[in-house]
Amino acid sequence: MNRQITRLAVTGVVLIGALIVATTYWQAWAAPGLVDRQDNALQRVAQFTVKRGRILARDGRTVLAGNVARRVEGRRLYFRRYPQRGLFAHAVGYSTEKRSRAGLERSQNDYLTASNENLGTVLDTTLDKLRGTTVEGNDLVVTLDPRGQRVARDALGGRCGAIVALEPRTGRVLVLVSSPSYDPNLVEGQYERIEQIRADCAPAAPLLNRATAGLYAPGSTFKVVTAAAAFESGRYRLESGFADPGYCEEYGKKVYNYFDQVLPSGYGNVTFLQAMQFSINSVFCNLGKQLGGLAILDQARRFGFYAKPPLETPEEERRASGLYERGRLFSPKDPNAVDPGRVAFGQERLLVTPLQMAMVAAAVANGGTLMRPHLVDRIVSPGGRTVRRTRPDAAGRAMAPETAADLTTMMKAVVAGGTATSAQIPGTVVAGKTGTAETGVRGVNTTSFIGFAPADKPRVAIAVILEQQSGTGGQTAAPLAKPVMQALLGLPSNP
Amino acid sequence: MVARFVIPYADPYLLPMSALLTGIGLTVIYRLNPDDAFRQGLWIVIGVAFFALTLLALRRDYRLLERYKYLFGVGAIVLLALPALPVIGTTVNGARLWVRVGQFQFQPGEVAKLMLIVFLAGYLQEKREVLAQARPKDLGPLLLIWGGAMLVLVQTNDLGSALLYFGIFLGMLYVATGRLAFVVAGLALFVGGAFAVYQFVGRVQDRVAVWLDPWERAQGAGYQIIQSTYSIGNGGFAGTGFGRGIFTTIGGSDPSEAPRQLIPFLNTDFIYAALAQEVGLIGASALLLVYMLFLVRGFRTALLADDGFSKLLAAGLTFGFALQTFIILGGILRLIPLTGITLPFVSYGGSSVLANFVLLALLLLVSNRAYARVT
Repeated sequence: MNRQITRLAVTGVVLIGALIVATTYWQAWAAPGLVDRQDNALQRVAQFTVKRGRILARDGRTVLAGNVARRVEGRRLYFRRYPQRGLFAHAVGYSTEKRSRAGLERSQNDYLTASNENLGTVLDTTLDKLRGTTVEGNDLVVTLDPRGQRVARDALGGRCGAIVALEPRTGRVLVLVSSPSYDPNLVEGQYERIEQIRADCAPAAPLLNRATAGLYAPGSTFKVVTAAAAFESGRYRLESGFADPGYCEEYGKKVYNYFDQVLPSGYGNVTFLQAMQFSINSVFCNLGKQLGGLAILDQARRFGFYAKPPLETPEEERRASGLYERGRLFSPKDPNAVDPGRVAFGQERLLVTPLQMAMVAAAVANGGTLMRPHLVDRIVSPGGRTVRRTRPDAAGRAMAPETAADLTTMMKAVVAGGTATSAQIPGTVVAGKTGTAETGVRGVNTTSFIGFAPADKPRVAIAVILEQQSGTGGQTAAPLAKPVMQALLGLPSNP
Repeated sequence: MVARFVIPYADPYLLPMSALLTGIGLTVIYRLNPDDAFRQGLWIVIGVAFFALTLLALRRDYRLLERYKYLFGVGAIVLLALPALPVIGTTVNGARLWVRVGQFQFQPGEVAKLMLIVFLAGYLQEKREVLAQARPKDLGPLLLIWGGAMLVLVQTNDLGSALLYFGIFLGMLYVATGRLAFVVAGLALFVGGAFAVYQFVGRVQDRVAVWLDPWERAQGAGYQIIQSTYSIGNGGFAGTGFGRGIFTTIGGSDPSEAPRQLIPFLNTDFIYAALAQEVGLIGASALLLVYMLFLVRGFRTALLADDGFSKLLAAGLTFGFALQTFIILGGILRLIPLTGITLPFVSYGGSSVLANFVLLALLLLVSNRAYARVT
């Protein structure tokens, strides 16, 4: 019988051994994955024992997210406060127990709670834990400019839309405003007040980051992409002549120029430069047919379309721009699957995010090189040491420098004497392009403006997109870009 | 004290290890809920009294139990059937495992387990030669017990208990006959039966579905196991430290909201999840090693015992102990579908404490006799 007993004993030992292995699996191997799960209520409680790092604006002084300490059941807990309320809500996000996290609070959680894998931080946290003291997170310094942010919010004035401004040379996001906004302080305890927010668009969706996840028909701002494709093809120059009959024939139907164009009967013979300056749809329509839809989309890809812009916010809060079909990104292989004429002036099924359009403007402004946009400037340890600093990084070359120069010439003409004169800044040359996209409802448009300034040595690139507008991009969107650019350039805003 | 005099030769490790496990359990329960710890303390006192009583009653020769094996067999069946009876039977959390008489609540399965082991030890000792020949007609008892286990499964809705009883039976049958074929056949029957039950009993289906993918039902049936997994994961290598683990919500930034327990049944079925968080991988592994050592000592006792009944009894008790540990912890660690049974000596629960102390007493008695002979 002893042989059997020994075997049974081995079975028992193996069973308990399996338990040790399983415990090791959960506590060592699977533990990091468990921590990252959004439904991990325990981690959401645990985060309150950590003194989360602050989130600071570009100046390193303006606190966007801070803490208040309170004792709960003998435990010292830290609760998040957002002194700037709704002003930075979409970039910063929130960190709560009940509704988890969003924005940088979510994507940069590892740094903010000092649970990142950085050696110095690991050492600090381990020592903190051994000493039994509070673990302190790293501070996050973002690239956002408080003044520019405030001016942009006031310019939008609660209308549905977004403004994004980038520094073309570095890719820094200087302004990222989505409207309507919400107060992140209310997310934990008074969420119903956020749900009650109403705006001139329905649903108001205040939590949606329209700047990075709002999809809009670009309208004529997309002509910058089409023109880039035209210059890159080597077949067109600024002086290339076009005959504008006032319409463009597509599949036997006539596409007319937009109503705000000066001469309803057509411009006659115009140059490429003039076609851009006055945003002549028929010219771009014919141009598109010659270039082909796929060539235009290829050019768009070089600007970053068809990929989520590499911002540090959570992936779910960003969307890719491009053709959409039934709510899904649609990348045609067959040239006949797209209407090249309508793509050329930004209609078809094109949908873009404001951030993507700002990237288009920034790439032109930066001589054709597209910089990776980024929100996090640096991460600073509690001791003041810089843990990580974001270095400007080129995402790729969107076009040749000559193409960028030609586009700049065109866009300067648009602001100087075309559709975007309302974006002019006294003493500074501005380059830009307006867009007015019909929504299908008569008299209701999505309007936009992209541009940069100063045109010859650009320091700011901007995109403004507004929903539910009755006017044109030149009347509605371009005037909002002006004060934001002024603020970011350090210029006084004239009365 | 009683042990010192009654069983001077008994295994010197088993008692201290049980005391250690009980102490750990009491500490964790106190940390989670001081009121429960007081009640548990009371149960431990009663358990120790039963422990002493068992030792005293059987001090001369525990083997007289062998004579009453059928009484124990019947007793086990009666106890198992008790919760099924109307009036006194109570369903707790969907499993019908409890008997309630007035204020008093009891889980008879724990005691039935011991009786079953005593009965099997006696019965198998008597019939082992016959059974070892494995004639078809001798398979009757095997099928009978399998039927019993299935009945328990259907009746109590509790896969864990059925698995425990049947596993003990198979283990002891193997020790008695040395025929692996029995084990294989038994396992096949059990799996087949369990599968059939799975088809009909919704609760068992739920358990299996949750085992396979708890996140699919994160807010429902899977909630408990998910939160327990998070708790274990949060322990990491070294644990959060005693008193620093997180088991309740904090009501967000709203101080008026009362804290809410994150894991239901934390101090009974899920006590390991709490422990693993606070003591980490190091502590949890140490605890499991104590269980392993207990196991080794128990089987050593079985090896050294000189008669078949003693061997079977010690092996059965020890294997039952190991299997119970595996079934509950394996469930928590998602090795097998989760079933709610207690972790021996550590979990909160009166019946469990009582049964474990009696189990310990029996094991010590066997070891006393065995070691006395050796030395």
